[in-house]
Amino acid sequence: MAKHHVTTTINGETVEFLCDTKQSLLDVLRNQLYMTGTKEGCATGDCGACTVNMDGTIVCSCLVLGVEAEGKSIQTIEGMAKGSELHPLQQKFLEHAALQCGICTPGVLVAAKALLERNPDPTEEEVRYWLAGNLCRCTGYNKIVEAVLDAARVMRGASNA
Amino acid sequence: MLKKTEEPVKDLKVVGTRPIRPDGVPKVTGHAQYGADYYLPGMLWGKILRSPHAHARIRSIDTSKAQALPGVKAVMVGSDLPEQKFDYLGPDRVQVNFWHMTRNIMAREKALYVGHAVAAVAATTPEIAAEAIKLIEVDYEVLPHVIDVDEAMAEDAPLLFEDMITRGVNPSPTKPSNIARRAEFKIGDVEAGFAQADEIVEMSFKTSPVHQGYIEPHACLARFGADGQCEIWSSSQGHFMVRGYTAKILGIPVNNLVVHPAEIGGGFGGKTVVYVEPIAATLSRKSGLPVKIVMTREEVFLATGPTAGSSMTVRMGVKRDGKIVAADGVFKFQAGAFPGSPVMNGCMCAFSVYDLENARAVGYDVVSNRPKSAAYRAPGSPIVAFAVESVVDELARRIGMDPLELRLRNAVKVGSPTIWGPKHGHGGFRETIEALMNHPEYKKPLGPNQGRGVASGFWFNGAGESAVTIHVGEDGSVSIASGSMDVGGSRASMAIMAAETLGIPYEKVRSTVANTASIGYNHVTGGSRVTYATGMAVVQACERIIEDLRTRAAMMWDVNVDDVIWEDGCAKPANPSVGDFKPLTLAEIAAKRAVTGGPIAAEVAINAGGQAPGFSTQFCDVEVDPETGAVKILRFVAAQDVGRAIHPSYVEGQIQGGVTQGIGWALNETYVYNSKGEMENAGFLDYRMPVASDLPMIEAVIVEVPNPNHPYGVKGAGEVNIVPVTAAVANAIRSATGVRLTSLPMSPPVVLQALESESASV
Repeated sequence: MAKHHVTTTINGETVEFLCDTKQSLLDVLRNQLYMTGTKEGCATGDCGACTVNMDGTIVCSCLVLGVEAEGKSIQTIEGMAKGSELHPLQQKFLEHAALQCGICTPGVLVAAKALLERNPDPTEEEVRYWLAGNLCRCTGYNKIVEAVLDAARVMRGASNA
Repeated sequence: MLKKTEEPVKDLKVVGTRPIRPDGVPKVTGHAQYGADYYLPGMLWGKILRSPHAHARIRSIDTSKAQALPGVKAVMVGSDLPEQKFDYLGPDRVQVNFWHMTRNIMAREKALYVGHAVAAVAATTPEIAAEAIKLIEVDYEVLPHVIDVDEAMAEDAPLLFEDMITRGVNPSPTKPSNIARRAEFKIGDVEAGFAQADEIVEMSFKTSPVHQGYIEPHACLARFGADGQCEIWSSSQGHFMVRGYTAKILGIPVNNLVVHPAEIGGGFGGKTVVYVEPIAATLSRKSGLPVKIVMTREEVFLATGPTAGSSMTVRMGVKRDGKIVAADGVFKFQAGAFPGSPVMNGCMCAFSVYDLENARAVGYDVVSNRPKSAAYRAPGSPIVAFAVESVVDELARRIGMDPLELRLRNAVKVGSPTIWGPKHGHGGFRETIEALMNHPEYKKPLGPNQGRGVASGFWFNGAGESAVTIHVGEDGSVSIASGSMDVGGSRASMAIMAAETLGIPYEKVRSTVANTASIGYNHVTGGSRVTYATGMAVVQACERIIEDLRTRAAMMWDVNVDDVIWEDGCAKPANPSVGDFKPLTLAEIAAKRAVTGGPIAAEVAINAGGQAPGFSTQFCDVEVDPETGAVKILRFVAAQDVGRAIHPSYVEGQIQGGVTQGIGWALNETYVYNSKGEMENAGFLDYRMPVASDLPMIEAVIVEVPNPNHPYGVKGAGEVNIVPVTAAVANAIRSATGVRLTSLPMSPPVVLQALESESASV
């Protein structure tokens, strides 16, 4: 069957690709566009490692079809830093040792960024529930939660200034 | 070579600080490359056909239709791998039998579990590969299967191996069984010990197998050339392990195989073996093209890991003054489809936090129709600790003693006997108990339906073979290459120890992991051994570099080398009488390297000994919902002796992560089998690991009783934190409800049923 031509925006850039009807956005990102920062942990929407932001909503890219990206704006981990300047969440993840193996980190960061855009001053409980869709097997979540709360503080400070 | 430091270094500048890891920025920007993130031109996609039956004889396999599908470039079956000799190799605790290993990688005579690999294909796209494996025709003779360990030990159980005679029994049994091995350890006279006891508690327990649960599925890319040279990019806990096992399974010399270490997306013991690498390499050999294999999550659950499940009985006796006088345990472990559960570890760890004169542990390694068990964080120890620490909790209740007090009274110390022979050589356990006794939250009263539980744990920690190379660059910057996969921040800890030893800032040191062709052999990253053993190699290499730098400075000053000291990252005259020389920095010496002997480098390869065990004591507070049986963790405090925390944040992370895995083991995680021997919850939705909203903050209490055998006092931090957790939670549930739970997981239906039968019996 003929492939579909899709035009979309990824991290602010217009991107075109061809994909099969069945192909997931995750598959397109990784195996066609070689944007491997988005990770596959389960391909069933349970682990959150493939989290991307699509038109302001976080989605598991393994549950989105490639063709659904048509006309959308997608943000992945690769677009989070501005050049060599890390996003405050990225910086705080490093400072707080909020990652060990790092495989869940891209998905957690994309999800956490969406939280802080909605709620710049979340409680610990709100962070824990927001990130409940992102499995991490290394950290016990402590330092992830601490890093998100600290990044929120820093970002609030920056926006007040 | 072992460097003895009786008085561990006190005045530390870099050790104990919390710098950012060298692999940090790649990991937060998505640039780090894991096993599935490698691609090569012309690459094929491999896919594995797996058995739908729990136990079946393979009469024949017809791959012709798959082979004929356009896009398919190679097909393989088990007999494409060379036969291996039946032989148990290596130390008792971790024996390897390549006859078993090759059959686990791909079945031959029989499929032994649902998910057992039986054939594989490589094709131009993943879709064609998936289509092709459906065209492979396997003629199975389905056989009766057995899942449970007690049922597998029964007289009339279906046999996985018709000729398996239990090892470790004298005289040898005449009849085959599923019991691969019996092991027994004992000291003193157990029955004489029980005769002194005022109170004896005996209970039986069952634990579920649990998966390591790494978020990254197994993945590799292999390229096998027509010249016989093979390269593999894969994520593992040891690329030298991948090289050694894969070369052996393929029947090629180890130096024909170069393994490149990808970043590892979690291992926890589960990536200390190979599954996909020999298959990808064989498909590449057959097709002449690179082959990539990435497991699905379902494949990870069906065919890799987990740790053993168990059936155990533990009996212990105590005097009213709190002295434990005897301990006896029988531990039956599920090995999975091939022998090799961690039951020997289990026996050895079972009573190892207690100073006992009379103790015995008997272990059985039992095969059944489920995936072969693999190492998981302190393999064996958390399983037995669930039983032993639950019994100790009941002993404390019987004599009305605080559970920490009871543990303190019986705590091992230097010179206490072990069940396997040598005496304990290191302390650290008492200190973990005392840390909790003094904890402000420990005496805090709890509310209704809430309870507090205590438990302790032991782990050997590891040492062994490590090799590192250190280079001083032309500008005085320092590069470390080690052969130890970094699973939890070891690149950072190596850089910290090098910076400390050389007297330079952490930022001047770049720490990497080199491929198998570029560095000497390193044992796997497991057993909490890397910061200890590889760290020791790093320190020794730095000391050689310092000797070299002193020699070069002496040459530049035209003085005797003994007149030059190394201090604060500079060569200095040993005393004013040597001459009026300005200190020479690393950069100044490096700039003159060509005229002082050439490149400045040191390689150190050691087989480290002298490791010290890890101890942990923990308490947790839970609240049990009497209507649903749900257990909520309110507070968790884990004290652990790590010798010395090189990077305290990463040590805390190990403790918090290990505790959380233990909480999953305690409350949720299990393998659900149906009557056909199929795992019914092979996905993260139904195999429920802890998520952020399940947990409170886990408080890590770092206890530092330095190991004098390591230059900075390191013991190891990665594993013992998981050991006490399940019992701590069970003991807390006991306090909250009065009900003693003896099987894992303690999920809401299990807890609810126990509450209801308790209230019915009142």
